[in-house]
Amino acid sequence: MSRERSGRRFGRSIVGFAFALLASWSFAATPSPLPKAGANGNAAALAATARAPGPAAKAVRIGYVELEPDARYDPLRLKFRGLAQPLGRPFAGAEVALREARFVGDALGASFALERVAGADAKALLAAIDTLHKDGVRFFLIDAPGAIVAELSQAVRGRELLLFNVSAPDDALRQEQCQANLLHTLPNHAMSADALTQFLVSKKWRSVLLLEGPRADDRLIAAAFERAAKRFGLKIVETKKFVLSNDPRQREQGSVALLTAGADHDVVFVADSDGEFARSVPYRSVRARPVVGAEGLAALGWHWSWERHGAPQLNARLEKQAGRQMSDPDWAAWVAVKAIVEAVVRTQNAPFAQLRDYIRGDEITIDGFKGNRLGFRPWDNQLRQPMLLATHNAVVERAPLAGFLHPANNMDTLGFDRRDSRCAF
Amino acid sequence: MIRPGRGAPAAALTLAFVLAAAPALAKETGYVFVSSENDNAVTVLDGRTWQVVKTIATGPRPRDMRLSPDRGTLYVVASKAGRVDVIDVARLELTHSIPVGEDPEMFDIGPDGKRMYVSNEEDARVSVIDIAGRKPVATIDVGEEPEGVKLSPDGRRLYVTSEVANMVHVIDTATHRILANVVVGNRPRRFAMTPDGGEVWVTNELGGAVTILDGAKNALKGTVEFKPKGFRADEITPVGIAMSRDGRTAYVTLGRANHVAIVEVASRKVTDYVLVGNRAWGATLNRDESLLFVANGLSDDVSVVDTRTRKVLRSVPVGRVPHTVVVDD
Repeated sequence: MSRERSGRRFGRSIVGFAFALLASWSFAATPSPLPKAGANGNAAALAATARAPGPAAKAVRIGYVELEPDARYDPLRLKFRGLAQPLGRPFAGAEVALREARFVGDALGASFALERVAGADAKALLAAIDTLHKDGVRFFLIDAPGAIVAELSQAVRGRELLLFNVSAPDDALRQEQCQANLLHTLPNHAMSADALTQFLVSKKWRSVLLLEGPRADDRLIAAAFERAAKRFGLKIVETKKFVLSNDPRQREQGSVALLTAGADHDVVFVADSDGEFARSVPYRSVRARPVVGAEGLAALGWHWSWERHGAPQLNARLEKQAGRQMSDPDWAAWVAVKAIVEAVVRTQNAPFAQLRDYIRGDEITIDGFKGNRLGFRPWDNQLRQPMLLATHNAVVERAPLAGFLHPANNMDTLGFDRRDSRCAF
Repeated sequence: MIRPGRGAPAAALTLAFVLAAAPALAKETGYVFVSSENDNAVTVLDGRTWQVVKTIATGPRPRDMRLSPDRGTLYVVASKAGRVDVIDVARLELTHSIPVGEDPEMFDIGPDGKRMYVSNEEDARVSVIDIAGRKPVATIDVGEEPEGVKLSPDGRRLYVTSEVANMVHVIDTATHRILANVVVGNRPRRFAMTPDGGEVWVTNELGGAVTILDGAKNALKGTVEFKPKGFRADEITPVGIAMSRDGRTAYVTLGRANHVAIVEVASRKVTDYVLVGNRAWGATLNRDESLLFVANGLSDDVSVVDTRTRKVLRSVPVGRVPHTVVVDD
């Protein structure tokens, strides 16, 4: 990332940050290049022209904690636009949600502010959380890979705060590693696998060739798919390991033609966490078979081509804010801030314990622009939500698909239902 | 899906009778106008034969429509063109267009017919339009994704929903200032009002309910919840709403639940649910309130409901994604 990290600069000056954010939006209507609040050194200078919240405004501060550098946002990787990959740092999503909270904030006499901090490892991020927590911040969005999220949530266990995981899809975070004060707005691997599997079952594409990459994260994706296949009755006819290599000695594992030449199958599922191999799979297979998983058709929390339930407006706001399209983690960061705002609004900005209980409770209605009322599963703190089955430029279906029913809530056919949960808070 | 009354002779007779009994007025054409979001056109139907009289091409994505107070002019929002198209009802021709700002969705017209208030969905504002001058005279910043727009009966207050802020903004039409921001249910969409303006009813699509505001106090006054048989709470997504002129009966379309709820306004009790088409949104009463027209966005048809028997008389195929129905009877 070449973008200047500005967390430290704004970390001590929430009010300035909130002003700067508003100021940047007053410019957003003009077609000129947009100043990016929090990422732009000039943002603070714009503060003088900003509309200030009322003097009595009670600040609701949200820490935004991100690993930097983070390989998932490597510029080269972003450039490839892998179907199941982020399109940029999800901070942009949080900024859009903050902007949406403007009017409710004014009406309540509350102001919402994001405080962005970055660190190179779990230790640095934990120190940043500590500092903000001592300063009164209770809500934190965490943009970091699963291992770091696990470490952070373990370290702050029992503390009076809430962490929102916005970019780690690891199933373990919702199972053995779950924590009472760790919530997940990004769908996990099991939810994606179940959504995709429901789609394959509905198409009667029941036999699958599974291509699995060499990384630990690839194994997690493959394991989630194996679980879903068993759950919904798909047959994995063969599993083959791939490597990203032109080495002729490894051609059995490097050539898509050789990898797909075995037993016949209806579809190819690619378990590829960084998407680089996956993008070379479609059209290189021996048989004319659709590719799903990391390329071709993916089950996502969000896709910029989604057009219903107000999605075009949300996509437009993110594009205005970030100068790029909206992807999964952007949505997850956006909806995390929305959940906090919703709790503040409905409880008239109650003390933290009440806000926490409201967010985790049954009563909350979070509008995720996917048509359903969203809320967190009480057994593992995962946000239940529909999944979008998307190609590179269209949403083909929304899961849960018609016919996949659940006794209480059809969205609980995706991912870990109460009886599947190994989480004990 | 069962559509009671489709082609049934008895129902057709009832309908013919109802239309014949409508009071005769100079300009009544008997036409039923339907805007179709994906066809970029307004379909004009003969209210007796249900045949298409004419298809009038409009700007892209036509949505909300309204007749002028003298009923001689039909205004149609063309969302993707940022304008309102003006149709001469007698000639069924588009005469001109009025620019109304980016991505307009719904609007209302002042009682004197001079001003139009339009929600601009993407810009999070309301545009005040001088209809004769054909230009905006003011804009008012509101919460993200404003949709429903409704004037109080005296035209002094303007109510606007923000789908994202979950609020109703109450605006003074003389000063264009926001008098109050009232937090309502989730994803508030559209309005109906009692004749004295004392109660403002707001549909909450995601909240699955109607919130009632006190028009004088700008405060919450009550809620109407819906429980049609066989549907889960998630499927109940109220959007469209119409109220009888006497303020006694409200009709609320329940979106994905494919029903219209009939509500007794005074007691706030749901007295009936009528099965209509797929994703029922737009709701319009004809002049004598004998018929309710429901635009079904995902089955591309309009359900015609007899308000006395509470039966669907017929469902009329129209263009793609019907949005609003206007009746000139």
